[in-house]
Amino acid sequence: MCLAIPGRVISLEGDRAKVDFGGVRREINISLVDASIGDYVIVHAGFAIELLDQGEAEKTLELIREIAMAG
Amino acid sequence: MHDKENATRALVDRIKELNVEMRVMHVCGTHQDTIVKNGLEELLKRAGIEIIQGPGCPVCVTTTKEIEEAIALARDGKTLATFGDMMRVPGEKCSLMDARAEGCDVRVVYSVEDCLKIATNEKKEVVFMAIGFETTAPSTAYVLGSEPPENFSVLSCHRLIPPAMSALLRMGEVRIDGFIDPGHVSTIIGMKPYESVTEEYKIPQVIAGFEAYDVLLACYMLALQFKNRTSKVENEYKRAVRHDGNDTALKLINEVFKKRTEKWRGFPEIENSVLAPRECDHDARRIYEDALEDIKSREFVEPEGCRCGDVLRGIIKSWDCPLFGKACRPDKPVGPCMVSREGSCNISFRHGLLTKGA
Repeated sequence: MCLAIPGRVISLEGDRAKVDFGGVRREINISLVDASIGDYVIVHAGFAIELLDQGEAEKTLELIREIAMAG
Repeated sequence: MHDKENATRALVDRIKELNVEMRVMHVCGTHQDTIVKNGLEELLKRAGIEIIQGPGCPVCVTTTKEIEEAIALARDGKTLATFGDMMRVPGEKCSLMDARAEGCDVRVVYSVEDCLKIATNEKKEVVFMAIGFETTAPSTAYVLGSEPPENFSVLSCHRLIPPAMSALLRMGEVRIDGFIDPGHVSTIIGMKPYESVTEEYKIPQVIAGFEAYDVLLACYMLALQFKNRTSKVENEYKRAVRHDGNDTALKLINEVFKKRTEKWRGFPEIENSVLAPRECDHDARRIYEDALEDIKSREFVEPEGCRCGDVLRGIIKSWDCPLFGKACRPDKPVGPCMVSREGSCNISFRHGLLTKGA
């Protein structure tokens, strides 16, 4: 139910977007987020609920590397 | 991360080095899936952290009364649409699936917009049984706020997670030393609602993503707080969660819904924890008051022997229920935790955890 999956915005038209989920494309409602083509969005029950920030994703992985190295 | 296994091991080692003994609750079915699928429960236990699942499955916390309302509307000739997980959850005597077998028009939809399409195309009276936490509520709010057709209505069972966390702490039945907060709920609500909980109960919390390393990093952050005797809300899932959440979604929820004090399965009434439409035009409970009259004043009991309520409050684990894997299995579920793919019992059964530590 709270299962949400990331996908990449392929095209936009009004409050609709075509999103690519690793090869499977689906039309979703984009009105809850301010997305552009190429952005990664988290999609839940047919609606994009938030954008994914690649920079922050890398920072988290970097933090894990630092903690792992600290041993 | 190229070397995920090493990172997992290193994070577990770092937690172990902190030498804590703590109980951490998460409130999300997807977290439970990550934890069980990756065998993290046992790894974390050896590192000093016992993981317990709380009321994190929206289908599971939906009450028998709400299921009976949906069945009553379907039997009254309405088209009843809901998410697939809801179909097989037993009501008092039968499920929505059984109601469909009786000839009622019960449909499975992926999104509230699919339900709206049915109402637009078929001109029948269509009721959307709206299940879900803050992650799902904005989509229902969006449709309700976009002037849906007259024949479309919502049976709202949307619930809010932070009030349930407060209720658990207030009830004090289970020792909880920290919360892993649900990542996708948090994309909508941000950090503030959890901050009020921490302020009141001095409990460490970390919002986490859904990879194994996300859960382990969150546990490490919680263990650090616990060791240093601090209590704050931290965000491990920064790639998706902003401090203030999703403003558009929050505004929609507040415009369309008001909060009500209602029961959850396994819980007494939780203050301001359920969302109901402000306007009556598309509120199934008000439009079809007559059809629901008999149910309104009735109290419903849990199925005999079912301990889903105790599982949802984190008092027992699935395998402590005498029905688990015997009388209650995914093909003939007694309670909702065995039906939903986010339910603790269903997840444990699917991953073969029939007995503790297996």
